[in-house]
Amino acid sequence: MEVSRELNNQANEYISHYPNDQKRSASLPLLHLLQQEYGHINEESVNWVAEKLGIEPIHVLELVTFYPGFRQTAPGKYHIRVCRTLSCAMAGCYETMEKFCEVAGIDRSKVSHHNPIAVSEDGKFSIEFAECLASCGTGPVCLIGDEFHESVKADNVAEIIEKYD
Amino acid sequence: MAAPKYIKGKEPHKSEYRMIFRNVDRRGWDTSIKSYIADGGYKDLKKALKMKPQEVTDEVKTSGLRGRGGAGFPTGVKWGFIPPNNKKPVYLICNCDESEPGTFKDRYIVHQDPHQLIEGMLISCYAVGAKVAYIYIREEFPEGAKILEDAIEEARKKNFLGKKILGGKFNCEIYVHRGAGAYICGEETGLIESLEGKRPYPRIKPPYFPAALGLYMCPTIVNNVESLCNVKHIIAMGGQKYAKIGTPRNTGTRILCVSGDVIRPGYFEVEVGKITMGELINDVCGGLRKGRKLKGVIPGGSSAKVLRAGEKYTIGTGESERTIGINEIPMDFDTLAACGSMAGSGGVIVMDDSRDMTWILNNINTFYAHESCGQCTPCREGSLWMKKITDRMVSGSGVPSDLKTLTSVGDNIAGRTICAFGEACAWPTQSFVAKFPEDFKKHTSRRNAGKELNPESKAAAAGLKR
Ligand SMILES: Cc1cc2nc3c(=O)[nH]c(=O)nc-3n(C[C@H](O)[C@H](O)[C@H](O)COP(=O)(O)O)c2cc1C
Ligand code: SF4
Ligand code: FES
Repeated sequence: MEVSRELNNQANEYISHYPNDQKRSASLPLLHLLQQEYGHINEESVNWVAEKLGIEPIHVLELVTFYPGFRQTAPGKYHIRVCRTLSCAMAGCYETMEKFCEVAGIDRSKVSHHNPIAVSEDGKFSIEFAECLASCGTGPVCLIGDEFHESVKADNVAEIIEKYD
Repeated sequence: MAAPKYIKGKEPHKSEYRMIFRNVDRRGWDTSIKSYIADGGYKDLKKALKMKPQEVTDEVKTSGLRGRGGAGFPTGVKWGFIPPNNKKPVYLICNCDESEPGTFKDRYIVHQDPHQLIEGMLISCYAVGAKVAYIYIREEFPEGAKILEDAIEEARKKNFLGKKILGGKFNCEIYVHRGAGAYICGEETGLIESLEGKRPYPRIKPPYFPAALGLYMCPTIVNNVESLCNVKHIIAMGGQKYAKIGTPRNTGTRILCVSGDVIRPGYFEVEVGKITMGELINDVCGGLRKGRKLKGVIPGGSSAKVLRAGEKYTIGTGESERTIGINEIPMDFDTLAACGSMAGSGGVIVMDDSRDMTWILNNINTFYAHESCGQCTPCREGSLWMKKITDRMVSGSGVPSDLKTLTSVGDNIAGRTICAFGEACAWPTQSFVAKFPEDFKKHTSRRNAGKELNPESKAAAAGLKR
């Protein structure tokens, strides 16, 4: 796999944060870089990280399959993560989720533990539940890409979605 | 230093004691090093560098500071566990995984006052002899990670960080390391495995106490964001003066995060033990919605055992022994432990009488079932089993034996696992079923069979004006 020079430099910078004989520590930072660039982590990315760090690909793949923050399938242009946990649920996050799906045209009937992400038919939005996003006092909350939104009641979902073009 | 003014509508409550959150929601404040230095920032680092490392540790010991990440372990004592004849590098890790449901305080420090954390970390590194420190930040704080990285660069330019800090002999680097969405990375040994680039499987203690065998098998001090910020203030005022804030054995301030069924949820920095649960809920947070009564409170993050309104607790010993109700509980480590729960992470979740506790527990169980790392059979199987039972109860297919099964599954996890997640996932089930049996029985009666009982109606949620 060819990566941009910029990405490669950034990867080298991350690797330099750890002792020389502990390159493996850079696994998560490198995976984040690739996911940021390509939207998800595929086999090529796994192999690239493994080679870069001098470790077996399985030691990279086992991270991708464990950590909920890594995706193996392509998300939509905008990826939405709605907090599912207690305080947000008490404030109505399940209704928020339903509304997001309705407005963005997403069918969540097939999601499962191993396949938590649902994508809209036009590929513009994808959505999943996340666990407590550490903003329980302003729930329901969600992340859209890297942007954080508070007090996302079902009523204001449409307005938020509109901002994403 | 002038007293700070705050953004309109976000002023601290009059019972607050703003020290760590001094700059949160402050008017005219930003995250730049310029703001921070203009406000007297990095003076305490200079002061610390003139002391001997041991003297810094001694001040922290004198202050009585107890860890704010969950366990409340004395910070100075923890630092003292680094083996005295150690020849290996020492690491310091700031735990910014903030993922215990109900907890939202580290978020604001990182997003609004990053230099306070960096200064606290540098002083702590100096005390424990660490030349490299990592901030392990949860992946869901992408902006926070960026803010911290920028702040570190600013501090480096001013030579507060890097080589020969402020012209002295102390070298120190701080790096930001992002997690990837797993709650178990908040557990310190899981965090260390994750930082080593592995699955975050917690290590067994003993022998893997981080202070002796931590990151790369070197002595490692793991502290919470809020704990590390406190170190700066301890050096500023001296351990003895700090120990006068709060109450004996429960010194300093604490940021309480209140969510759930209160009129004004939010974060409140108070002197530890100087405010009661009743004052917190009714004065600071504006009480419950109209016509509602208190049903229960989870006082220290979702793993803390639930407290039921109307319960009585016996606290104190000998002459000072007394019986109190939920509203009279002073919010400190020792009293909450004496009441059978814990101060934990400071996350207070309030539930009023519109809530069905089966539904509440089901939500909590879903969290733990999702987050168990899977190493230990009782935790992996048990957390999922408890979730499946409450799943079926809320969907109208509970059976009368469910209460007993739930309790017995919980009883067989706690104390039988590698890490404290075992207790964390068992305590909610054990306490909710024992304290609110009527709610659970409702879901097992024939009369309700097949009915979805979910009073978490849209109306209840809509009533929470945010
Ligand atoms: C399951 C589990 C999750 C935890 N999550 C966090 C967390 O998100 N943040 C944190 O600071 N400590 C967390 N802890 C506590 C840490 O293991 C550790 O005790 C703490 O970071 C030490 O810092 P302190 O002494 O400053 O409190 C967690 C513990 C357990 C068992
Ligand atoms: S108790 Fe649970 S989370 Fe902790 S190590 Fe065992 S399986 Fe993992
Ligand atoms: S429960 Fe949603 S942010 Fe904590």
